[in-house]
Amino acid sequence: MLSFLIRRLLQTIPTVLAVVLLVFALFSVVPGSIVSTMSDDSDPQVEARMKKQLGLDEPVYIRFGTYIAKLATGDFGTSFRTREPVTTMIAKRAWPTLQLIFASMAIAVVVGVPLGFVAALRPGGLVDSAAMVLAVSGLSLAKFWLGLLLMYLFALKLGWLPSFGYGDGGGKYLILPAVTLGVSPMALLARTTRAAVLEIMTADFVRTARSKGMSETRVVKWHVMRNALVLILTTVGLQFGALMGQAVVVEKLFSWPGIGSLLVDSVLQRDIPAVQGSILVVVLFFLAINLLIDLLYGVIDPRIRYA
Amino acid sequence: MIFKVMAIVAGLGLALAGSAEAQTPRKGGTIRMTAPYGSSFTSLDIHTTQRAQDEIYAKGLHRSLYIWDSAEGKPVPELAKEVIVSGGGLVYTFKLRDDAYFHNGRKMTADDVIWSYNRIMDGSKAYPGARYVRIIEGAAEVEKGKAKDISGLKKIDDFTVEMKLTEKVDPGFYLFTALTSIYPADEAAKDSFIQHPIGLGPFKFVEHVPGSRIVLERWDRFYKPGKPYADKLIVSVMGEAAARDVAFRNKEIDTSVLGPAQYVAYQADPDLKGTIVEVAEVFTRYMGMNPAFKPFADKRVRQAINYAIDTDLIINKLVKGKAYRATSWLPLTSPLYDKTMKPYPFDPAKAKQLLADAGYPNGFEFEWTTSQNESWGLPIVTAVIPMLDRVGIKAKVKQVEAAVLSEVVRSGDYQAYVYSQQTGPDPQAALKCFHSATPQTACNYMNFKNADFDKLIDEAGQTDDSAKRGQLLQKANALLYEEAPVWFFNYNKAVMAVQPWLKGVQLNATELTHQNVEDLWVDATSPAK
Repeated sequence: MLSFLIRRLLQTIPTVLAVVLLVFALFSVVPGSIVSTMSDDSDPQVEARMKKQLGLDEPVYIRFGTYIAKLATGDFGTSFRTREPVTTMIAKRAWPTLQLIFASMAIAVVVGVPLGFVAALRPGGLVDSAAMVLAVSGLSLAKFWLGLLLMYLFALKLGWLPSFGYGDGGGKYLILPAVTLGVSPMALLARTTRAAVLEIMTADFVRTARSKGMSETRVVKWHVMRNALVLILTTVGLQFGALMGQAVVVEKLFSWPGIGSLLVDSVLQRDIPAVQGSILVVVLFFLAINLLIDLLYGVIDPRIRYA
Repeated sequence: MIFKVMAIVAGLGLALAGSAEAQTPRKGGTIRMTAPYGSSFTSLDIHTTQRAQDEIYAKGLHRSLYIWDSAEGKPVPELAKEVIVSGGGLVYTFKLRDDAYFHNGRKMTADDVIWSYNRIMDGSKAYPGARYVRIIEGAAEVEKGKAKDISGLKKIDDFTVEMKLTEKVDPGFYLFTALTSIYPADEAAKDSFIQHPIGLGPFKFVEHVPGSRIVLERWDRFYKPGKPYADKLIVSVMGEAAARDVAFRNKEIDTSVLGPAQYVAYQADPDLKGTIVEVAEVFTRYMGMNPAFKPFADKRVRQAINYAIDTDLIINKLVKGKAYRATSWLPLTSPLYDKTMKPYPFDPAKAKQLLADAGYPNGFEFEWTTSQNESWGLPIVTAVIPMLDRVGIKAKVKQVEAAVLSEVVRSGDYQAYVYSQQTGPDPQAALKCFHSATPQTACNYMNFKNADFDKLIDEAGQTDDSAKRGQLLQKANALLYEEAPVWFFNYNKAVMAVQPWLKGVQLNATELTHQNVEDLWVDATSPAK
């Protein structure tokens, strides 16, 4: 297992390098630069000095090399805009984003998986139909619109929850953004779980278990659930990555202080170090989650070995 | 030169101002403002950011040598008790306040003023406030790395600074924004300053939750007796108009900037109509035409475009009345706005005639660069295109991001562009943008060159007679109308909803969200603690 872990960690290096290279390449061809967003009125001589100070007068390959060298020492660079180290900026934003994503995923798993399971046990029934309508709706709803609806209902009409902000670090402020973000993975998990359970229920080993006289509860618990979990876990892993991207809209809507809003503002202001740092953190998070999921496969299904 | 702002007030705007005067301000409470122009504050170092968003919190935290007085419609000394003008209007001696304390308890001195301006002129950092401090003699040399200190700034004693200017201008117009805030020289040089800024403002820093809010609390040693009134100031970042709308209706925030759609909705809602405050801001929206593109070199073509567009229709239907029709360059709240000037009427026949006279009877085609902006960008361009088409002019849209548009405008790499440009509060500075000596990279974005115009601006800059200066500048503004280097679209009408318990709101024509927060107070009906 250790060798598997090391191998997987080594495999992340080219992925990270590819992402960094891609971002670098994109920002070297995208029009607009930090210098032009800094002031409406500066003379070319001053702009040239500023570009030199920020290292923007160097060819792209030199800048890329310098960045990689710094990255190897854990230095994400300094924000062009705020003059703060990017690591500091990300550190301030990481926890709120993690809170939001894990809360959303918790909602998705707690609601979506049982819903899919129950729907699959009585296919075509009332619960199944209702669950699938809910799932399709959840997948179709635009987050921005859903968030506004939730704000309107739970903040303005019912007065149960605050409509925006971070409060003292989450708590009741987290509920509406987490639900808004969690509805889509919840719907996907419900559909995935239903499909997986339906398929497993007709598998040979389930038929064999039943023919051996095993009770339906035991069949579902020991054979269906465990096998369905592999697919559910895969979906959860992929959805974590998707949530990092979708969080941008939700964070902005609810004034949630996460990495998403940092990324949006940094892109708009061409703050390249902050953009690179934010994207890199998203990628590393995605890779880490998927590595964890891979490790969990072995726990769930002993047939999977870390060869 | 004292003038009254021609603030256009509606709804509760007048009532707010009136009631604020009539009632005794209440001490305590929390003011909850919103920052509507993005999803975060750019920086806690206000010298580094020119975004209107950041100046909202900076009005609580920092102070500059001057401050904008919305009632008078002009900048007034803030950190100086007395200003003595000498040297033919080029030398200003500031007797500084000796009761202004930074939030670390240290008294402000002349050294802090000089240090702050020297810092802003560090060309390697390109601080946006440099364009204002550049009026001080020797500042440009520091910016270009040719000198270490601004030669035009001299410390006379701990509380007296002498400032020599490069030209006869009122330095108040240049040194009132937060971009030129006075920092504590010893603290601001430290790395920790950016995490925990220290200023001279009525509120001191407590907390910044990036992407969410800034919290400030009352600075008890603020130099204005009895102020600020409130205990706490919270500025929440709320870039989404719809989210602000819910929060405002839910009484979670005290102020909310309204876009065109919300403006209509609030006007129609009897419960919300009274919360509206509006003012004509000093921004002119226009389509700039590049004279290097042959058809636009002809004045008749530029005038034809002004005649061909039904500007009133666009303002009423598309902008929902949230703008004032532009008659020329200087906006409605400019002290030199000429009420007698009439906008170009909608007259397609005249437009066609002018085009034919200019040698374009069948029109021509041009590329129109625009951003997505809802008030003056793509939606407006889309509405104008059929109007131009009716007189034979075909426009092709080139859509770019806002950051790119500002680069395009400054580089001159366009045939036409649509933009919103600050045209005040100083009319002289606003008009000087069209002087042929002003580089395109500065603000002469249309590379306008006109000898008569230059003469008027030069004469206005040389005269000591303020009345004569005003006349010359008004003539220059009228000349711009005639030359029509732009399609004169509108002047921004800034609209903000203000909760009834928040008092003392000022109709700031330079930016409505920028409030002198020490004058704001909340009555006992505020739901905030």
